[in-house]
Amino acid sequence: MIPLTHYLIFANFLFVIGIFGALVRRNIIGILIALELILNAVNVNFVAFSQNTSPDPATGQIFAFFVIAIAAAEATVGLAIVLALFRVRKTILTDEIHLLKW
Amino acid sequence: MTSYAYLIPVFPLLGFIINIFFGKFLKRGAAWVSILSSLASCALGLPAAYEVAKTGQIFSAHAEWLTLGRSTLSFGYLLDPLAATLLFVVTIIGTLIQIYSAGYMQDDPRFSRFFAYVSLFMSAMLTLVIADNYALFFMSWEVMGLCSYLLIGFWFEKNSAANAGLKAFLTTRVGDVGFFLGILTLFTATGNLNFTELESSVHAAGATPALALAALLIFCGTIGKSAQFPLHVWLPDAMEGPTPVSALIHAATMVAAGVYLVARSFALFSAFPSVMQVVVLIGTLTAFMAAFIALSATDIKKVLAYSTISQLGYMVTALGLGSLSAGTFHLMTHAYFKALLFLGAGSVIHGTHSQDIREMGGLLKKMPHTAWTFIIASLAIAGVPPLSGFWSKDEILLAAFDSGNKIVFFLLLVIAFMTAFYMFRLVFLTFFGTLRNHKIHPHESPATMTGPLWILALGAILVGLPGSPFFGHWFSNFIHGPVTQGTHEIHGSGAVHHALNWFVVGCSVAAGLGGILLAAVFYLGKLNPSVWVMRTFKPLYDLSIHKLWFDEIYSVLLVRPFLKLGQWLFIFDQKAVDGLVNAAGTGTVKSSNLQGWIDKHIVDGLVNLVGVVTQLTSATVRRVQTGLVQHYLLITFVSVILLMYFHVKP
Amino acid sequence: MTHLYDIVKFGIYALMAFSVLAAILAVTVRNLFHAALCFAAVLIGIAGVFLSLHADFLAMVQILIYVGAVMTLVIFAIMLTERFGDNSSPQNNSLTLAAFGLAIVSLIAFSTISVKTRWPIQENAGALHLSVGELAYALLNTYVLPFEVISVLLITTLIGAVIIAKKDRVS
Repeated sequence: MIPLTHYLIFANFLFVIGIFGALVRRNIIGILIALELILNAVNVNFVAFSQNTSPDPATGQIFAFFVIAIAAAEATVGLAIVLALFRVRKTILTDEIHLLKW
Repeated sequence: MTSYAYLIPVFPLLGFIINIFFGKFLKRGAAWVSILSSLASCALGLPAAYEVAKTGQIFSAHAEWLTLGRSTLSFGYLLDPLAATLLFVVTIIGTLIQIYSAGYMQDDPRFSRFFAYVSLFMSAMLTLVIADNYALFFMSWEVMGLCSYLLIGFWFEKNSAANAGLKAFLTTRVGDVGFFLGILTLFTATGNLNFTELESSVHAAGATPALALAALLIFCGTIGKSAQFPLHVWLPDAMEGPTPVSALIHAATMVAAGVYLVARSFALFSAFPSVMQVVVLIGTLTAFMAAFIALSATDIKKVLAYSTISQLGYMVTALGLGSLSAGTFHLMTHAYFKALLFLGAGSVIHGTHSQDIREMGGLLKKMPHTAWTFIIASLAIAGVPPLSGFWSKDEILLAAFDSGNKIVFFLLLVIAFMTAFYMFRLVFLTFFGTLRNHKIHPHESPATMTGPLWILALGAILVGLPGSPFFGHWFSNFIHGPVTQGTHEIHGSGAVHHALNWFVVGCSVAAGLGGILLAAVFYLGKLNPSVWVMRTFKPLYDLSIHKLWFDEIYSVLLVRPFLKLGQWLFIFDQKAVDGLVNAAGTGTVKSSNLQGWIDKHIVDGLVNLVGVVTQLTSATVRRVQTGLVQHYLLITFVSVILLMYFHVKP
Repeated sequence: MTHLYDIVKFGIYALMAFSVLAAILAVTVRNLFHAALCFAAVLIGIAGVFLSLHADFLAMVQILIYVGAVMTLVIFAIMLTERFGDNSSPQNNSLTLAAFGLAIVSLIAFSTISVKTRWPIQENAGALHLSVGELAYALLNTYVLPFEVISVLLITTLIGAVIIAKKDRVS
């Protein structure tokens, strides 16, 4: 009953906010939250498309499940890295971690 | 009763779960948990087996598990005469051995752990017996392998036990990989893994090379699990485990699973006469070789281990000759008397704390229950009528005789003779004469151990009767009934015999009694010609006592070459590669000295110019590489947007 | 009927607006703990959006896994690294302006694409109901391979996370 385009714009908002967050947050946990926002935007798109354009509505939902599973895995590993980083370098702020520098 | 058949393996599994998690609190109660769970399996399994035997019907049910493309994997149970026979064997012997273990293991610090493993094993074995397809069969097969590994290495403080466990696991793995590939080949060729549809699907596919390959690969599983040549080396070492384990896993049930596998796949095997010939060859070779080694073994359990290998070879031969009933029948009788022999040996070890038969002697008076049951079992394995072993061995000999293969028949007779000889060598050395090592103070074992011995002895006497002419060869009719309709007509030797072949019976009895007599001459009388024989046939004797040098051969052929290769590669690395590198280094130094002069005066000017330019450029460009992740992310994202823009723009 | 329909429609738009607002807060508030709570609100809002798309089971999974599991993890991590989470230090870096510009540009770009493209919309769009059974069937038949791969991935993650996060004996 709500047109596909509105869902897409809603997902765009979430996606862009996620990108913004991932770019500006200093705290790694904040970045992780932003990344999860991006993944959720993708999920909304998947489900909206599968409901509106796909002959088989199961496909989109199942992809969304896979995305959720991968997001959970990503969060786990990410937070494990945060803890390891915190233990070794005593900081989780990205601008204090610049070993990749010249 | 049959509709609850799927519950049969569940009870031991519950026993395992309880014992593994709460065993510490249960202490001695752990034995009760396991024994009760086995009894529950008995209570379900035996009526189900009886139902099958009475009605001659097949009971099965299955549920879908996984759909892969066009084919479906299902799991379920199948109760046919074959499964019923095995159920009858496994539940009863398993329960008796667990009762026995409660006495045998009573002082062990890991008492509950032992019973947990045994329960897990029971669960896996029962699953295997009633499994209705190869996938489930293979899974329980592997769980059994794991249990075998855990139980052989149960006293892992002892280095040899830990090594033996590892050896058993790795050696059977070779066969298991083959088995797994065989299942996959079969699945590819016929798209079906169910036992009930095996025959029809094999017929539908025709005798293709792929199916023959599948049969051979599946037979690899048997070779590994049932310790056939050339993978038999693990079973004698497996005797490092506690004796009840040897009785249950490495004599009565698990090693028989390989034979059961062939019997299950009989429709597949019998479609390929050439594969059957391979089976006969391996079986006979194994039986003969193991019997030969058993002649000189001095460790009571090693003798029994080689005897087990030999008898398994017998069964495999019978199946290869196309006689499903003879092989299965011998499997059943052998399970009873071999379990009894092992438990008797365990009782002897428990009473004397020694395993060397050269130290024993005259135990008949000190341990009467153990001795008499042991003698009954020995008579049974030697094939003395009317004990169970006679009937089943006679069936096999008859099958060999009927197949017209005189060499196999003759070899089997010789093996029967050797079997009788080494078993009674063991009996006479252990129970007769006088005690040779006076540090040993033998005593009879407790009732929890002698009780199961007598029950098994009763079994060793009686289980042969269903296959005897007195009951009109009821057993072979039963097995052949619904399972191999159609196949046994093609292979005439699988047909049911009703008349006794007196020639075969005579040969069989003569071989058995002759072996016993010879053993009596050697070890009972004052003559003692064994030393003389040992000296006269020294090469043969050496061959036997060194187990045909199998371990050494494998060590030389497989283990050491790999170690050597590793060492050689290391040396090559150190000498040749390092030398080359060093030479290259020296050469470089020399030539660079020359070049250095040119460099310094001519090239440097140019290089400096380049350097200055590079420095200037990089000083500006390097600011891009900030080391801050988010800057990279920004760049990436902007790039993506730009790419999208150029892509979308027409 | 139309009245009810409008109310529901309005409710969904309100939910979307609420989610977007919460998302903006989640990436801007200084206190990280508050950000996490806002994020949870976004997730619940998205679960509502899934409901409006007739993806009932997915909505439930979203609540269970995201709000239940992932959020717990995040909050744990915030509490374990507490002194970075409060508002004593600035939470945004120097990229804020550039990122904001980029966000606005890409928002406009994406929305334009979304609106201008002619999507091949099905006739029965928006009215497809899917039972859990059908989902399970698809998951265990058509998509059984990715399903198994995901399970391998999860177990790998489990082990990997433990190994990364455990105390290092060397240092």
